[in-house]
Amino acid sequence: MSNRIVERVADFLRRYPPFNELTAKDLKHLSSGVDILYKDKGTYIFKENEPAHDFFYVIQRGAVALRMGDGGEIIDICDEGDLFGLRPLMAGENYKLEAVSQEESILYAIPISEFRPLIQSYEEVGNFVIESFASNTRNPYSRFTNADSIGLLPPRMSIRAETPFTEILPIHPRKDLVFCTPQTPAQEVATLMTAHNVGSVLVLSEGLPEGIITDKDLRNKVVTGRHPIDAPASEIMTRPVITYPAKMTITQAQLAMMKNGIGHLCLTEDGTTDTPVVGILSKYDLMLALGNSPEVLLRAIKRTRKIKRLKPIRNRVEYLLKGYLENNIPMSITMKLIAELNDACIKRVIELSLRKEGKAPVEFAWLAMGSQGRGEQLLHTDQDNALVYEDVPEGESEKVQQYFHQLAVRVNKGLKTIGYEYCPADMMASNPNWCKPLGAWKKTVTGWIHNPGKEEVLLSSIFFDFNFTYGTRSLVTELSNHIFSNVDSYPMFYYHLASGALQNPSPSGFFRQFLLEQDGEHKDFFDLKRRVLMPFTDAARVLILSHQVRSINNTAERFEKLAELEANNREFFLSCSYATKALLKFRTKQGLLHTDSGRFIALDTLSKEEKIKLKRTFKILKELQELISLRFKVTSRVL
Amino acid sequence: MKMWTREDWKALFSSDSRIPERAVSTVCFAVIDSETTGLDPTKDRILSLGGVKIIHGRIAVRDTLEIFIAQDHFDASSVPIHGILKTGPNARIPEKQALVQLGSYLEDAVLVGHHIGFDLEMIRQARGRHGLPPLQNIALDTGRLYRKTLLKTPLLPKKPSYSLDELAKKFDISCKDRHTALGDAYITALAFMHLLGQLNIKSDTSLRDLVRMAR
Repeated sequence: MSNRIVERVADFLRRYPPFNELTAKDLKHLSSGVDILYKDKGTYIFKENEPAHDFFYVIQRGAVALRMGDGGEIIDICDEGDLFGLRPLMAGENYKLEAVSQEESILYAIPISEFRPLIQSYEEVGNFVIESFASNTRNPYSRFTNADSIGLLPPRMSIRAETPFTEILPIHPRKDLVFCTPQTPAQEVATLMTAHNVGSVLVLSEGLPEGIITDKDLRNKVVTGRHPIDAPASEIMTRPVITYPAKMTITQAQLAMMKNGIGHLCLTEDGTTDTPVVGILSKYDLMLALGNSPEVLLRAIKRTRKIKRLKPIRNRVEYLLKGYLENNIPMSITMKLIAELNDACIKRVIELSLRKEGKAPVEFAWLAMGSQGRGEQLLHTDQDNALVYEDVPEGESEKVQQYFHQLAVRVNKGLKTIGYEYCPADMMASNPNWCKPLGAWKKTVTGWIHNPGKEEVLLSSIFFDFNFTYGTRSLVTELSNHIFSNVDSYPMFYYHLASGALQNPSPSGFFRQFLLEQDGEHKDFFDLKRRVLMPFTDAARVLILSHQVRSINNTAERFEKLAELEANNREFFLSCSYATKALLKFRTKQGLLHTDSGRFIALDTLSKEEKIKLKRTFKILKELQELISLRFKVTSRVL
Repeated sequence: MKMWTREDWKALFSSDSRIPERAVSTVCFAVIDSETTGLDPTKDRILSLGGVKIIHGRIAVRDTLEIFIAQDHFDASSVPIHGILKTGPNARIPEKQALVQLGSYLEDAVLVGHHIGFDLEMIRQARGRHGLPPLQNIALDTGRLYRKTLLKTPLLPKKPSYSLDELAKKFDISCKDRHTALGDAYITALAFMHLLGQLNIKSDTSLRDLVRMAR
């Protein structure tokens, strides 16, 4: 019996649960029964109500969407290593969802007849199967196994509308308990809670729950001065603990919290205080399980302990974004919230990277640039970032530089893991040119401002849109002060910045038709970013800087501020702000629709209404560029 | 017995009449590859044969073939490529037995291979040595199919031939087990399935149309 291909299959499977639990021999046996399927983009693997196959599927390459019948709402998108189609096999039911390849995919079809015995012989495999049924997702390991890992939750509405989801959904309490003894002093308890980023601590004596201390207890009993800061836990805890059995559904847990007016449930083996604690469930855990709200996602991001776990959270941010756009939530609010969440993700990546690299030798600051810096990044686009650190004495400079370079490489890689592509122009902190001590940065920036060529204008324009993400803010403030004091003494800089703003080709031709890309990969597409969004961004930047306003990075907000500053142009700048938001929304929708950055648009996919709306923004852009040309006395070949 | 000439092979590739109108989805494709001692079909020998079957976009891992052939002719210079030594850990069987086993594995499957003309010629020569008639299977070359997927543009002149490595890179197929007969057959099989997708071959496309395309 030949087995090279068997080994190839086994090598892949052993990287994913539950196959990682199997012995080499069992895995090999299972692999030898596998069929390998190729599915072109958009082909069905199974349809709703189709009798279950003899196989379930693991994605080796590509992606598969699970949808409600007949092209309905997407419930889940499975990725490489994900498993689907197992539940109907075990339950002996027909498929309840349909599975369609989202891209060219290679699937491993694993025969249930070979898999079933393993469920019995391996406890872990059995648990995997049981949990994956109960939680109604494909892979329980991607979610809930501890409170900080959450997977792709199905979009809320569809599920709620179709099935009483929460009625049957079991709870998944935190199992890595944070606890103290009745003797632990209050201050230590508080330190413990801070360290673990939790809102409650169980007080255990001999493994049994004695009481619970929550934020509220600390506030009411210690901070008010009723008890000293070194009071033992037994004095400030709430007791008796209200306990429940671990086997309960989310709805039951919600009811229990409401009934008792508490935010944490202590779960014990049999539900009484006489058996050991098996977990604790907070309101947040419940909310996590229930849905997406920005606060919940933010909390989830802050609690994540592995960079790759951030990716599913970011996918949920995208669901949130979709919902906002569909429900026409104002773009200014949407931008703020999404930017906040993106920022939190980046911060978390940096924090986690710092844990790996060890404490930084000197203070530093991480800067987001480009669209992220302007708070306009809604979709996953490229990463643009830089790092600035304190000046260090000559002798240490090499070592310190080495440290920050390594840190930056790790962070850039982490950001890529969670969905930010590398910057094609290498404007990233891992590039030594973008990771420098403060003094060196000042020198560089001064150079750009004093000798602005085409390149320098581009580089410095990036630097006027940066945003502080992590570290020591004063470093950034100092750099930005330096930039502005320099600009003030070189008024010619505005002239160059303004001509830079007029460099981008105009969006429409003489007959007001759209100008399409002439060559390259995107031939015959309309480049929304370069032809419309960037000119707006560039124009807003030079105008707001000439007013010495530096605290605003967001393009739409810059226009709003301009409307405030220039009363006679008020209406015009407000329409610029409106146009910017409309364009950004348009780009985001296009991006979500085609799962790309939304930059290049095939015009024939647009409705007439959309085209008219787009063209309206062109007119505003033209007026804006004329205004800049007049104000800064720049002539442009564009106009 | 009549010896097959190159012209006969050409005829085999081009005669439409014997290619059934069957839908591609019902056809069993056998993707094959051989490792040989060298590139001269008259002098060199087959070291090993690998086969993978595809039915309706599906490869059954169980139904694969890998045979190592006992050698008397041996060319030391090709050892670094395929790593099959004269005496090795894999069980070897006599050439004739291997050819018979291959024949019964292939049955009337449509053969697919990368630059399959060479493999077929090696097999034809070997079968001739043992008085076996040539295989009569229809054959498709993934090298030719790949050329069909490339854009016609004067800016990007097509190369006369593309290696399996180039295809694997294009379709992002891991090159694990490259230069083993079964490993290469498997890589070719995945590439073949990607090619069918790229050439927009649907399950109801007829085999005859597919073969025409590969010409």
